[in-house]
Amino acid sequence: MLLIQQIVNGLMLGSVYVTVAVAFTLTISILNFLNFTIPTLFMVAGMVGWGLAFFGLPFGLGGPLPWPLALAAGIAVAVACSLIVERFTFRYMKMKHGDSTEHAIPLVSSLGFLLILENLVRISYGSDAQRFPGPGADLTANIGGIFVRVPQLVSFVLVIGLILGLVWVINATRTGRGLRAIAENPDAAALLGVEPNRVVPIVFMLTGMLCGLAGALFAVNYGEVSPQMGEDIGSKAIAGMVVGGLGSLWGAVAGGVIVGLIEMLTIHFFGADTVQAAVWGALLITLLIRPQGLFGHNAIGKGKL
Amino acid sequence: MSGYWSGIITLLSINVVFAYGIYLAVATGQLNLGGAGFQALGAYAAAWLCAEQGWPIWATLGASAVVAGGIGFAFAFPILRLKGVYLVLGTFAFAEVVAGVIINSDALGGAMGLPVPEFIDWNVPAIAAVCVALFCFYLMSTRLGLAVRAVHDDDVVCDLLGVDVRLVRVALFALGAALAGFAGGLYAHAYTYVEVQTFNASLSIYVLLYVLLGGAQTAWGPLAGAAFFTLLPELLRNTLPAMKSGLYALFGAEGSMSPPDESWRFVALGVVTVLMMVFRSEGLITRTMVERISHPFRSTRKEAL
Repeated sequence: MLLIQQIVNGLMLGSVYVTVAVAFTLTISILNFLNFTIPTLFMVAGMVGWGLAFFGLPFGLGGPLPWPLALAAGIAVAVACSLIVERFTFRYMKMKHGDSTEHAIPLVSSLGFLLILENLVRISYGSDAQRFPGPGADLTANIGGIFVRVPQLVSFVLVIGLILGLVWVINATRTGRGLRAIAENPDAAALLGVEPNRVVPIVFMLTGMLCGLAGALFAVNYGEVSPQMGEDIGSKAIAGMVVGGLGSLWGAVAGGVIVGLIEMLTIHFFGADTVQAAVWGALLITLLIRPQGLFGHNAIGKGKL
Repeated sequence: MSGYWSGIITLLSINVVFAYGIYLAVATGQLNLGGAGFQALGAYAAAWLCAEQGWPIWATLGASAVVAGGIGFAFAFPILRLKGVYLVLGTFAFAEVVAGVIINSDALGGAMGLPVPEFIDWNVPAIAAVCVALFCFYLMSTRLGLAVRAVHDDDVVCDLLGVDVRLVRVALFALGAALAGFAGGLYAHAYTYVEVQTFNASLSIYVLLYVLLGGAQTAWGPLAGAAFFTLLPELLRNTLPAMKSGLYALFGAEGSMSPPDESWRFVALGVVTVLMMVFRSEGLITRTMVERISHPFRSTRKEAL
């Protein structure tokens, strides 16, 4: 019974990883860009949400906001940050040298943004973990002897709905067709009338939304936010994405769940200190034995989504 | 010499050696985002051999380079099959696995860390840094250095012209790992304490940024990058408090928080990174720049004709 409980906990934890892993996968498969700001956007949504619910608006414009409004504002800030990142990683960037580290330019730029955002949050709100004044983790439901916290259950359902919606957007809408065209071949897509400057920001908007939502859900579920909260989630989501397969949406979903399960089962059997080694070991082994992951394709950024 | 300056020189020297370790991998077009892992290997090798086996300093420093270089060599064969984003993730995962293994091994002190009984003053790291820099300049001027530059610019053409691309990459990666480990050994003796939390993902990111911002085309790059970003916070020491109180006024969050001063340094590093990637993505010091400075009276226009 305890084991089943752990598996259920792993699934719930996995749903947060899934959201962030899907955000990673979107930018990698469409833009061939490993976006290191994603964990930071997750953190920004949580911390700004907390800041607004605790301190109120900057410049003394208003008192503390109720927590749902504060979290919504946090998500909006994450989306705004993501769009700023787009400006400086893709919009003004001219590929001009043709050497082998060229693909790294947006990646390095996103590392720069990681430093900026994370440290600005530290400067504004301090680097300590803070209690988030939400509905908390007190509400639990007992389903056949398995305890599930209600906020977790709600966010689990929400995440599933969100991913189905995302799949619909990508497969069935005009925007989604543009995204797939860019993923396949940016130059050909541009020739055939897809405007990269309009479509690429959509990727970043979706990324910001996914990360922001994940951050908000995390804040509500665990009742705690900190400037470091993105690092752990980000590394688990990257691991999930690679294990599931780079460039495959469903691979990211499966990988996120797998990492959630690995984490809970490692804690159950070996203790909390071994989690990091187990998760990253899974990533490393996947990369060495089957680089394309469980559900991935051989080449990334080549028309796969 | 005062403690303040000897501290700065020690830090600067260790960073320079470390940056050259990452530079050797980047020079062949391989982004090594696992620098902290190799530094941790070297630091722990030196600490353990010094504390448990009683080896003299020169032996532990040598051993730190050999251990990290050996593991880097063994790791380079499978990992350098990967390219681009996969390679970045693979090296990143390597560093996390190293940290995970160290934190779980009781012989190395686990999360507590290891004290190092032998202390070295600023002069040893300084001499080491000078030697490493001279070695890297020499290396880049040899036939191997020429091959490295060629592999970085176009590996396919290199292969066609008879350069063993794989050998060059593995050799430089392993050599770089040895230097990173050597930097770890210097760190262990200079600070007389190693704990695994020091060698985190941020450290890998910073050192990679030093190299890329300094410029990976010539051996001057890592020197400039490491020096600039180690000395920058010292130069900014006076202007920082004013900027900080300005931001406090903006967010109205004074009093209860104690934001670490370190944060500003990283915000500056992030801003410089983003701007550099937009305006001068090849790094501060480029090959043409070095040629122009070293031959100030040679007209480039004449050569072109």
